[in-house]
Amino acid sequence: MTQQQAHFEYLLRLGDNALILGHRLSEWCGHGPVLEQDIAMTNISLDQVGQARSILAHAGAVEGKGRNEDNLAYLRDVWAYRNVLLVEQPNEDFAFTMVRQFLFDAFNFYLHEELKSSKDDQLRAIAEKSLKEIAYHLRFSSEWVIRLGDGTEESHRKMQHALNSLWTYTGELTTPDEVDKRMQEAGIGADLGRIQSLYDEKVAAILQEATLEQPPVKYMQSGGKNGKMHTEYLGYILAEMQFVQRAYPGMEW
Amino acid sequence: MDPKQKALLEHFQARIDAEEKIEPKDWMPDEYRKTLIRQISQHAHSEIVGMLPEGNWIGRAPSLRRKVALLAKVQDEAGHGLYLYGAAETLGADREDLIDELHQGKAKYSSIFNYPTLSWADIGAIGWLVDGAAIMNQVMLTRTSYGPYARAMVRICKEESFHQRQGYEILLALCRGTEAQKNMAQDALNRWWWPSLMMFGPSDKDSSHTEQSMKWKIKRKTNDELRQQFVDVTVPQADFLGITVPDPGLKWNEETGHYDFGEINWDEFWQVVKGNGPCNEQRMKARIKAHEEGAWVREAAMAYAEKRRKRKEREEAVRVA
Ligand SMILES: [Fe+2]
Ligand SMILES: [Fe+2]
Ligand SMILES: [Fe+2]
Repeated sequence: MTQQQAHFEYLLRLGDNALILGHRLSEWCGHGPVLEQDIAMTNISLDQVGQARSILAHAGAVEGKGRNEDNLAYLRDVWAYRNVLLVEQPNEDFAFTMVRQFLFDAFNFYLHEELKSSKDDQLRAIAEKSLKEIAYHLRFSSEWVIRLGDGTEESHRKMQHALNSLWTYTGELTTPDEVDKRMQEAGIGADLGRIQSLYDEKVAAILQEATLEQPPVKYMQSGGKNGKMHTEYLGYILAEMQFVQRAYPGMEW
Repeated sequence: MDPKQKALLEHFQARIDAEEKIEPKDWMPDEYRKTLIRQISQHAHSEIVGMLPEGNWIGRAPSLRRKVALLAKVQDEAGHGLYLYGAAETLGADREDLIDELHQGKAKYSSIFNYPTLSWADIGAIGWLVDGAAIMNQVMLTRTSYGPYARAMVRICKEESFHQRQGYEILLALCRGTEAQKNMAQDALNRWWWPSLMMFGPSDKDSSHTEQSMKWKIKRKTNDELRQQFVDVTVPQADFLGITVPDPGLKWNEETGHYDFGEINWDEFWQVVKGNGPCNEQRMKARIKAHEEGAWVREAAMAYAEKRRKRKEREEAVRVA
């Protein structure tokens, strides 16, 4: 892998995370438990798809093959996607959605804090802008984790269940691989080791306040950010998302 | 009618005639209040149910730019709903009750949202025609006699006209695109044209609420006047797109300075109102599902707020002691 390829891969990870989670959240639009939360989730979805656009456009430029944000979003298949497994997991219910959001936001927040000092100027500028949005996302999802964890017996049970299910996808977030290491060395990417401890602390603190129990670490699933093995869910997301572009190839919309 | 009541009514009508706005704390006839609650809540429900047909296409929007624009649009509609429920609450209604009435089939919403969205062009057609028809109605309502409703409309109208331009622009891209895209746009116009004309409600001769609403200046134009205005504005826009309005009776009338147009299928109109439209059942099912599945979330949020309040009280008590 050349340095350029690693750089491209790294940006795809960031862009795909934002795009896929933004897409997932947008599935709630019109179906939220309360009108106010419907609006709030759509807000986050809007931020994330917006971030995905900037990052993917930049990724296309770094790759240098003339692919734009839409080519990257709409014309790659599952195996070429680089999002972490966590974000492609289905909404299930509001508990799953909020736990997934929190587990990702906490990681994403510290990640972007680091990316604020990236040597990639474009990435640094995007990260600075995104960080304000992500800080809000983290506040929102933390509050809901606490509220529902410490709400009623029923909400507590649902949250604990969601947490137990999703926990297996958290390992991938902070476990560095070759791309991560090379980008960190180049001063472009983040130091995942540092993020790991901040992340663990944050998650433990919020779960404690939410009266939720941190699940025991069993096995951590991986294969999303390196594209080796996504879950089956991603294929359905892409089938929906890419339908028009695939059915009417090469047209302007 | 007792003299006191009569005097109040006369004073009320005089204020209306003098173009004064009626505010929440002012005296108003019960019937005025009821009419407004019915109309504003119907409008609010329409915004919320209206999120569903367009929401269908958020996941399938053909570019990221379009995806963001559609998300923002549907979110605006949620905001309109929230704002309008707020306006209804100034009249003493309760949002939860209003929503229950919708789910029980006692309250109506705009029938247009009982039609399906089948292609991406439908998203363009809805913005152009449905938001367009809504604007005709809502521009009139910015001058409605009830203050909070009029003010809500001013704000909402700005966003609706943005939606309309956005919808038209979607269709313009299709009509300037390939043959397949243009066909998609034509198919959407074929399906949305007549239901859009129906949005203005029954013909004046069959409209039960119009007369009193006009007198109270809740409405300022009749259904047929608004419908004609819509046709006159919209037909040239279809011409510019290069797609055909599906009405063989449509013709410019030099004498009247308006378009003549064919007879609306009123049987279809009443069928959809009565619940027999293509998507009435699905729309209500989706709303009820969201509401029921959200119940535990709303309960938990309340329980948590209560716990926090108690905790704070205890802390205060300790501090004082
Ligand atoms: Fe609206
Ligand atoms: Fe509206
Ligand atoms: Fe609108």
